[in-house]
Amino acid sequence: MKRLLILGAGTAGTMVANKLRPRLDERDWNITIVDQDETHYYQPGFLFLPFGGYSRADLEKPKRAFMPKGVNLIMGEIDLIEPEDNQVKLVDGTTLPYDYLVIATGTSPRPDETPGLDSDEWYKSVFDFYTIDGAEALAKKLETWEGGRLAINVIEMPIKCPVAPLEFIFLAEAYFAERGMSDQVELVYVTPLPGAFTKPVAARYLGEMLQERKIGLEADYMLEQVDTENSKLISYDEREVEYDLLVTIPVNMGADFVDRSGLGDELNHVPVDKHNFLSDAHDNIFAIGDAAALPTSKAGSVAHFAVDVFTENFLDYIEGLPMRGEFDGHANCFIESGRGKGMLIDFNYDTEPLPGKYPLPGVGPFSLLMETEANHWGKVMFKWMYWNILLPGRELPLPALMSMAGKIPEKVG
Amino acid sequence: MATATIAGADVTVDEEGFMTEFSEWSEDIGSALAGQIGIDLSDAHWKVLNFVREDFQAQGETPTLRRVSKVGGVPTKELFQLFPKKPAKKMSYIAGVPKPHGCV
Ligand SMILES: Cc1cc2nc3c(=O)[nH]c(=O)nc-3n(C[C@H](O)[C@H](O)[C@H](O)COP(=O)(O)OP(=O)(O)OC[C@H]3O[C@@H](n4cnc5c(N)ncnc54)[C@H](O)[C@@H]3O)c2cc1C
Repeated sequence: MKRLLILGAGTAGTMVANKLRPRLDERDWNITIVDQDETHYYQPGFLFLPFGGYSRADLEKPKRAFMPKGVNLIMGEIDLIEPEDNQVKLVDGTTLPYDYLVIATGTSPRPDETPGLDSDEWYKSVFDFYTIDGAEALAKKLETWEGGRLAINVIEMPIKCPVAPLEFIFLAEAYFAERGMSDQVELVYVTPLPGAFTKPVAARYLGEMLQERKIGLEADYMLEQVDTENSKLISYDEREVEYDLLVTIPVNMGADFVDRSGLGDELNHVPVDKHNFLSDAHDNIFAIGDAAALPTSKAGSVAHFAVDVFTENFLDYIEGLPMRGEFDGHANCFIESGRGKGMLIDFNYDTEPLPGKYPLPGVGPFSLLMETEANHWGKVMFKWMYWNILLPGRELPLPALMSMAGKIPEKVG
Repeated sequence: MATATIAGADVTVDEEGFMTEFSEWSEDIGSALAGQIGIDLSDAHWKVLNFVREDFQAQGETPTLRRVSKVGGVPTKELFQLFPKKPAKKMSYIAGVPKPHGCV
C-alpha cells in the first residue's frame, strides 16, 4: 500500500484530495489528510464581513463535508516533518508515515511579528480582517464608529490575496459614503510597495482609482512599530502616520512546523520548483497553495490552477515518468471596488495584468482592469463556485494556464 | 540594456541603472555605485553587500530585507541607517544584483 499524506485541508489540500482520490486505486493507495481545525472558512468573504455583507455563519462549513469517500481525515496539530524518515509527527504524539507528502498548510497573519500590534488596543482601535475573528470585531466597531482617520496598512509582502487591502479601502470609501459620513472620514493606504500594487500597469489603474476617491497613499512605507498609546505608525525611516482607526494586514507566515522541519524560507514558506511544486530539498515532498514560496499571488484561484497542473503531473511522477505540466503562475482575481462594481485581473509569472476582455463560456466575457457590475457579480458568484465546484474538485471551464485571448498588451516604451 | 562605464570598467545596466551581469561587478564598481547615491562604504556596509552577493549566487534571487536581517544577521533598523530611505533598492544597486521583486 502506498501512502499519500496531505498536510492541511484548506483550499488547496481539499482540492488535491478530491482530484486524486478518483484517480488513485483504493487497493493500492491510502490518502490521508490532516488539519487542526474542523471548520473550513471561505476566506474571500472576510473582506465583506466588516461592512455587514456576510455574517460568520455564511462563511463556515465543516471540512468533513468536502472530503471524498476513501480519504482518511485526521484532526490534529502538525508538529514536525521528518523527511529523512518519511514521516510526520502530530502534537498529540501520532506518527504518520508517507511515501509522498503534500504540504498545503497555507499562510496566516502574525500580529506578534510587529511591535505594538500585540497590545491592549488589538480589536479596540487596531484590527485585522484576515481572520474571521478580526473581521467580525471590525464589523462591530464600524457600526458605531463616528469617523476620523482610517489607515489601512500592509506591513510586509508577500501576503495572501494581495488585492484584498485595496478592495477593503474601496469598500470602506463606499460604505462611509452610503452612511453620509464621507466628510467625517479620511482614508489613507499605507504600503511598503512603491505604489498601489505590485505590477506596473495595474498599479497605475488602481492608483488612479485611489485618487478619484480622494484616498491618501503613503508608499514605500516599511512599518517598524505601532505606537498604540499615541495612535500612530512609525516606519524604519521614522515617518509617522497618525490614525484613529487602524486596519492592518499583519506579516503573513507559513506554519511554524515548516520552519522547525527545516523546510521553510525566512517566512516559513516552502521553496519549490515554480513549475511543478516539487520541494527543492526532497524528491517526495511537494508544497502547493499559499504554503509554497512562489513568485505569484497567494490566492485561491492560483491554488486551483496549480492543483490542476499538479494532479496530472503527480500521476506521471509516481509511475517514474517526467512531469510534463508546467505551471505558469496563473492568477485570476476579482477586485471589488465598491458601489456594486468590480474589476478583474488575470496574469502569470511573465505577463502582468493587462486591460481587455476575459472570455468565459456561458457567463463572460468579463472586462479586465475596468470597473463593471458584471465583475462584481463574478465575485459574488465565486462563493457559490468555491463551495460547489472548486473544493469538490469538479471541472471549471477555465484553462489552468494563462491565455492572451482578449488582452490588449501595452506598447513598450 | 545599455552600457555604462563605472570605475573605469564597461558594465551592462538596465534602464534604471541596475547592473544586469553578476560577474561584471567588482568591489571598486561597488564603491563607485555607492558614491553615486551618496554612500561612503564602511565595514558594516560591506558585511551586508557581501551577504547580498553570496545569497544571490546561492539562491538565484536578491534577498529581501527580512532575509538580510534574519539570515544575514543585520537588523532591519540598521539596514535603514546604512542605506537610508530605500535599503532594499540601494543594497541591490550597489551589490550589482537585480532589484528584489519581493512582491506579487
Ligand atoms: C481577506 C481575504 C480575502 C481573500 N480573497 C480572495 C479572493 O477574492 N480570491 C482568491 O482567489 N483568493 C482570495 N483569498 C486567498 C485564499 O483564501 C487563499 O489563497 C487560499 O485559501 C489558500 O489555500 P491554502 O489551501 O493554501 O491555505 P488555507 O485554505 O488557508 O488552508 C490551510 C490549512 O492548513 C491548516 N493548518 C495550518 N497549520 C496547521 C498545523 N500546524 N496543523 C494542522 N493544520 C494546519 C489550517 O487549519 C487550514 O485549514 C483571500 C484571503 C483572505 C484572507
